[in-house]
Amino acid sequence: MLKINNLHASVEDKTILRGINLEVKAGEVHAIMGPNGSGKSTLASVIAGKEEYEVTEGNILLDNEDIEELSPEERAHKGVFLSFQYPVEIPGVSVTNFMKTAINETRKAKGLEDMPANEMLKLIREKSELLEIDRKFLSRSLNEGFSGGEKKRNEIFQMAMLEPKLAILDETDSGLDIDALRIVANGVNKLKSKDNAVIVITHYQRLLDHIVPDFVHVLYNGRIVKSGGKELAHQLEEKGYDWIKEEVNA
Amino acid sequence: MSLKDKLVSSFLAFENHVDIDSKVHDIRTEAIKTFENKGFPTKKDEAWKYTSLNSVLKHDYSVFPKQENALAYSDVKKYFIHDIDTYKIVLVDGKYSSHLSQTTHDGIDVCLMSAALSKPKYQLIIENYFNKVATKDGLTSLNTAFSKEGAYIHIPKNKVVAKPIEIVHFSTGNEAALMLQPRNLIVVDENSHVQIIERHQSVTDNPVLTNSVTEIVANKRAIVDYYKVQNDNLNASLIDNTFVEQKRESHVSVHTFSFGGKLTRNNLNFYQNGEYMDSTLNGVTIIGDKQHVDHNTLVHHIEPNCESHQDYKGIFTDNATGVFNGKVIVNKEAQKTNAFQSNNNILLSDKATINSKPQLEIFADDVKCSHGCTIGQLDDSALFYMKSRGIPEKEAKGLLMYAFSNNVLSSVKIPELKQRITKLIANKLGVNIGFDL
Repeated sequence: MLKINNLHASVEDKTILRGINLEVKAGEVHAIMGPNGSGKSTLASVIAGKEEYEVTEGNILLDNEDIEELSPEERAHKGVFLSFQYPVEIPGVSVTNFMKTAINETRKAKGLEDMPANEMLKLIREKSELLEIDRKFLSRSLNEGFSGGEKKRNEIFQMAMLEPKLAILDETDSGLDIDALRIVANGVNKLKSKDNAVIVITHYQRLLDHIVPDFVHVLYNGRIVKSGGKELAHQLEEKGYDWIKEEVNA
Repeated sequence: MSLKDKLVSSFLAFENHVDIDSKVHDIRTEAIKTFENKGFPTKKDEAWKYTSLNSVLKHDYSVFPKQENALAYSDVKKYFIHDIDTYKIVLVDGKYSSHLSQTTHDGIDVCLMSAALSKPKYQLIIENYFNKVATKDGLTSLNTAFSKEGAYIHIPKNKVVAKPIEIVHFSTGNEAALMLQPRNLIVVDENSHVQIIERHQSVTDNPVLTNSVTEIVANKRAIVDYYKVQNDNLNASLIDNTFVEQKRESHVSVHTFSFGGKLTRNNLNFYQNGEYMDSTLNGVTIIGDKQHVDHNTLVHHIEPNCESHQDYKGIFTDNATGVFNGKVIVNKEAQKTNAFQSNNNILLSDKATINSKPQLEIFADDVKCSHGCTIGQLDDSALFYMKSRGIPEKEAKGLLMYAFSNNVLSSVKIPELKQRITKLIANKLGVNIGFDL
């Protein structure tokens, strides 16, 4: 589904990604771990199409199509979803209205009519129940005054509404207490199918206890320096990243 | 001959049309002298530093329309809030249009200024309130000198007016260039409540300059909600001079929606004569092209325990220019005043300009006064967030700008008007948002 070949990317002339190779197939869950500043969030933003990042070498293929020239919204229409590490506050736009707009714009891009209002309401009700989101929450301004946990839960609610092909969860576990972590992980697991894929970016093992990865990759200094199964995450949890750094530098 | 000279010399001819025995005659005569002395403001006047009237004063305006020009209702229907029943005072080229209007004398007076100025039964109100709260600057005096027609609204005590009142001024292009001097007086007595919508609309490309004066008096515990819809075409300019006098425990709000016109200047003045009242001054300005909108506000806190809230949002694109000059005066006696002022602006192009100037003159020591001003662009991180959810750039920008003006929009108390303004904003931003805010 997603194939990243020798990807180099920079922001303001500073090179951050230095040759990433990654293949994610439908039905798989990949975890990307790594120390601070290794380029994890940059990789997520580059896949989602953030304009500040410049791809200087390599390419990103989604279903064999190079998506580098596509705008973030076009990528979203093709099924890419990024759960933000720091979701942006948008005062004056309610969660519900934001989702209505996002869904209908995506449908429009696919040549479909707007979703009928009753269907939309049903979908919102169903997905908000999945994430144990209160109805009142949906009429609040998007992310404005939300707690860290509410913001992350809202991100996964949006994911549930949009049903992406490829979901990238950027540090979704940060700022979550154990209950919220369970709710969020449960939501992600329920959305998983053989047709979609998830990339989980995280520092810590604890989210991976709930969302079990098929592959774990360690990102360091803009490259994937080690890949393995879920046991690699346990190793990292125990030993930290220093041994990886030593291996690389040796 | 300059416009000023033309106006001064037209005054005698104007007087032939009006009753020179009335008391108002003396007021008019005094006013034309004041205008002759002061003339039009120039950029040398501090309050007009960022707004030049030169480009609008250069036309050879007719100062009285020669003949009546009828407009068919079907042609102008769209300018009214037709989803609901309203009282209407409609003037076409400065003259009363009886077939477009719906006035009343049933318990309240919603009628014409010309009637109020000439008929004995209104004499007491005119003596008490006409040209009292209005200041005596050049432009207001000019209007006073030629004051003849406009809206006269008197709501006696303990009346809640069930229907909004629309005051609509049309200009038809019957004259090559037309100058209008509408004069409105609104007196709302104890415990009464009224909602008013005012609009100036040119249906021609001929230049129009309107120098309007509105005096509003809100007596004890009165509630007045006033909405100004300024969405005129690019050949029409408006100088709106509005003066509000509030008495104890009254609530007055003025919303100004400025989306159109060549040059628009809003002089909005509030005088708080009493305790425990509040004044709300809200505005949304969305302009482009070479349009210019200037909000010049004054709130004068005279007595203790009162509040004022000002919230002005502006979105400027192309070569548009905006001005916000918000003055708050708190007298020494006006302790426990809460005065808040906020002016937020978004510039969408490199050539758009906004000059924002808060002016606080506080002489009391136990008050809460704040002002905040922001000038910026749309937030890139918010745009990326929205785009990553599949919302295209244009719609994302539209949604952000909607959200930006939402605070002001949400305080509009007439649902049909709110819907209308939402649509105007959508048109102005060129987006179709699939919901009402």
